[in-house]
Amino acid sequence: MSARSRERWLGPAMLLPAVLYIVALVGVPLVLAALYSVGDVKVGSVGYRFVGLDNFRSVLESPAFRRALRNSFIFTIASQVLSLVGGNILALALKDAFPGRRFVRYLILLPWVAPVSIGSMGWKWILDSLYSIINWVLVWLHLVKPLDVPMWLGEPLLAMISVILVHVWHTLPFTTVILLAGWTSIPKDIPEAAQVDGAGYFRRLFEIQIPMMLPIINVAVLFGIIFTFTDMTVIYILTRGGPYDTTQVLPSLAFFTGILGSDLAEGAAISMFLLPLLVVVAWLMLRTARRAEVT
Amino acid sequence: MAVVETRKLTKTFRKGEVGAVRDVDLASHEGEFLVLLGPSGSGKTTLLRMIAGLETPTAGEILIGGAVVNDQTPRERRIAMVFQSYALYPHLSVFGNIVFPLKSQGVKKDERQKKADWAAGLLGIGHLMDRKPRELSGGERQRVALARAIVREPSLFLLDEPLSNLDAKLRASAREELEQFQKRIGTTTIYVTHDQVEAMAMGDRIVVMDKGRVRQIGTPAEVYDEPADTFVATFLGSPPMNLVTGADGITGFRPEHFLPARAVVSSESVAQRLTLSHEEYLGAERILYGTLADGLFAGAKVVSRIASTHASLFKKDATYDFAVERRHLKLFDAATGIRKT
Repeated sequence: MSARSRERWLGPAMLLPAVLYIVALVGVPLVLAALYSVGDVKVGSVGYRFVGLDNFRSVLESPAFRRALRNSFIFTIASQVLSLVGGNILALALKDAFPGRRFVRYLILLPWVAPVSIGSMGWKWILDSLYSIINWVLVWLHLVKPLDVPMWLGEPLLAMISVILVHVWHTLPFTTVILLAGWTSIPKDIPEAAQVDGAGYFRRLFEIQIPMMLPIINVAVLFGIIFTFTDMTVIYILTRGGPYDTTQVLPSLAFFTGILGSDLAEGAAISMFLLPLLVVVAWLMLRTARRAEVT
Repeated sequence: MAVVETRKLTKTFRKGEVGAVRDVDLASHEGEFLVLLGPSGSGKTTLLRMIAGLETPTAGEILIGGAVVNDQTPRERRIAMVFQSYALYPHLSVFGNIVFPLKSQGVKKDERQKKADWAAGLLGIGHLMDRKPRELSGGERQRVALARAIVREPSLFLLDEPLSNLDAKLRASAREELEQFQKRIGTTTIYVTHDQVEAMAMGDRIVVMDKGRVRQIGTPAEVYDEPADTFVATFLGSPPMNLVTGADGITGFRPEHFLPARAVVSSESVAQRLTLSHEEYLGAERILYGTLADGLFAGAKVVSRIASTHASLFKKDATYDFAVERRHLKLFDAATGIRKT
């Protein structure tokens, strides 16, 4: 074999494992899900019958689905806004040197490196109806009555707030680290020039520094949306979608319907509703990446 | 009244950080072009940043227009600064950059437009208003930075090595332009540089700094011809002043004053014999390196700088008669390096 033809084969050959991996673990399930969503598959069924859009029709008619769809957006948007604002504040606080900064940075990163399941278990105890330490403190401060404590995971609104906050707790370090990188990438001269030019703190922040960080903020938000929109760990562990499906999001509903409820076809149909948003986000990400390359 | 004055201004840093400033007393004259000149780490940029309000002094006072401004923010000092990197706002157009100081001051929109046009016109960048900084050449960026600095007509201009990012050819023309420009607008300017040519060419007065201290303040001619100490004597001039150590201190003389004996017509001169070690031909001039052959300073390494129009030919390792006019000899204290006569 000549060197030239060897080169022609070597490239694709080295790429092959990655392609196989993606096809087997992403492509095949995606195609399967698409096939299931237009079929009549149940867990354990052997045949396959094409039913057209029947599954989608029945999903759209179900109130649980509509609620989960709405919750997915609330869950994603609220947690992204909170982690962006919180991450920015933390990044600002960690940007300048102070004694013990390394240690504080390490502490802030902990929730990200801790497995989400373990962290959420901790939160389940913290928010427990009987053993909640938050309630214990509230009672101790005489802010609530001992027999009328908030049921963090038992009341629809509180449950939603709880899952959002726990999710933010988990994603905040990631956002902070990305934004910190953004802050440190701004040359020191530029905010100083703005300072000499007479701009106050907020003008510098909103007219100079945040616009300069916009590409990085975009990346943080787009990643955050994908992580959040497709994630169900926190909800699965804390509330299992309850009470009465009020904290159900699309991934958890798809899982409960398709796997635990053994209606694979309907579960697949629900999860197909994730696709349009993810496609849009993926497209935006590629666009941001390309723009970042050009400049 | 001085536009800027510093009194015993001091800034110390933690160990390992350079650029400390010690007991600097300085007063600028109205409309003057004052150059802070020194090697890197001499504290000149720190001094400028303290005047701008970007560094807090450890001790001493800064006065602008007669008032102590130590506790004022940069915003309250109403000065303009051009940074070494220009520090243009990359996400704003040239116009956006120029009007930014006006916006910060709350100037009305039509007034902003008028002033931006005036500043851009003054610097000849009116046609670039819609461009982003990354689409500009180095020289254009420098003009935008200047336009942004003058647009609100500050009482004081601070320039931190604004020419060091330009290539050599552009630097020479930008230097002249900047000088003309300062004369035209007449704003008091403090200019930081490590380049003695810039300092000599542009400065009304030069403040020579070393290790955080002011070594000498004077006109370019004063600091060059009458250096206050051996540091100033050797920092200015290329090649630097010859310094030879004798019994009564250090004697200094400029290479251009150390000439073949025939060329020194004055009767008041000191003759020396020079053994040539090598010669550099630089087009307009020649630099001769050698050692003094005999007399009080025998063995001292000295340099002579003669015009290329001087006809003599010199051979390596040969010894020639050289001389310096007595009035060009400067005497420094051997221990402190401070000028005696």
